[in-house]
Amino acid sequence: MGWIADGMESIRSLQIRQVLTQVVSLGMIVTSALIIWKGLMCVTGSESPVVVVLSGSMEPGFKRGDILFLHMSKDPIRAGEIVVFNVDGREIPIVHRVIKVHERQETGEVDVLTKGDNNFGDDRLLYARGQLWLQQHHIMGRAVGFLPYVGWVTIIMTEKPIIKYLLIGALGLLVITSKE
Amino acid sequence: MHTSVQRLNTLVTFAAVLLAVLCGVASFFDGFNTHSVHGTVEVVKIRKFRKQLNGNEEVTMNLNISLDMQSTFTWNTKQVFVFLAAEFETEKNVVNQISIWDHIIPDKEHAKFQTQVPSKYPLTDQGSNLKGKKIDLVLHWHIMPKSGKMIQDKLPLSHFYLPEAYL
Repeated sequence: MGWIADGMESIRSLQIRQVLTQVVSLGMIVTSALIIWKGLMCVTGSESPVVVVLSGSMEPGFKRGDILFLHMSKDPIRAGEIVVFNVDGREIPIVHRVIKVHERQETGEVDVLTKGDNNFGDDRLLYARGQLWLQQHHIMGRAVGFLPYVGWVTIIMTEKPIIKYLLIGALGLLVITSKE
Repeated sequence: MHTSVQRLNTLVTFAAVLLAVLCGVASFFDGFNTHSVHGTVEVVKIRKFRKQLNGNEEVTMNLNISLDMQSTFTWNTKQVFVFLAAEFETEKNVVNQISIWDHIIPDKEHAKFQTQVPSKYPLTDQGSNLKGKKIDLVLHWHIMPKSGKMIQDKLPLSHFYLPEAYL
């Protein structure tokens, strides 16, 4: 029976400790990514602090694949700001510039009209049927920062899922097999 | 001994950090650029002043715009988006901002110009409060960087009064 105990002992001292370390380091990577994302949400006050530009409607300012950092403050929306908004019945948020603002006297509610810099007309055709204005609750945030090209990573990964799985697999393999 | 994967990892990480720092530095130095914008705008002619079918008033006009935006350009500036907003207050709304003309300035060489243009978008109200109304013309500009923080500013240029009757 001695050799079994010895074997168990060696497995316990080597394998399990090593496996545990790797599990913990993998967990650290995942949780730190989560911490950064949630922390950004807290700081910016926007439910999605970073968006990727998907269309060319704001060219030449923003091209497809650029990323924008959003901020959502209590300040009322004003003309000229670039806002990210959701339209009922549309899944993908849109990034366009505010061209008209009407703010009510008593309630302080705002009616906002947007337009893409590169589009010919305003956005009423993009809004829900019969919708003339955006209200505060449609708006997810205003763009405050800009970084070019970085968003291509996510565009490629959403359009070619195989690459995403390959990448995740390769990274996972690396983490598991790494000895340090 | 370092494997090629480790070397690649270090190289990519270092490149990414360096790029991020450079972007940050470029954006940081943009903050030190104090820009002073000069410009004039006048309404040459009110072309149309009427009520739309939905009851909202609508105005179109000809504008004479002269701008010098050269000081807004730095080496981190991709373009400057400039627009003219008609701003007024009505009984219903405390703020009305209507963009009536806009323009994208691609580089410093094109940042000083004088132009006579029809209003690009009509000045519209929610309702009909515009007769004899004082309208402020405010120049807004949005400096879009190659990377980093976007900068926005404005300058009131002039004002005019709408006529007491439709045209």
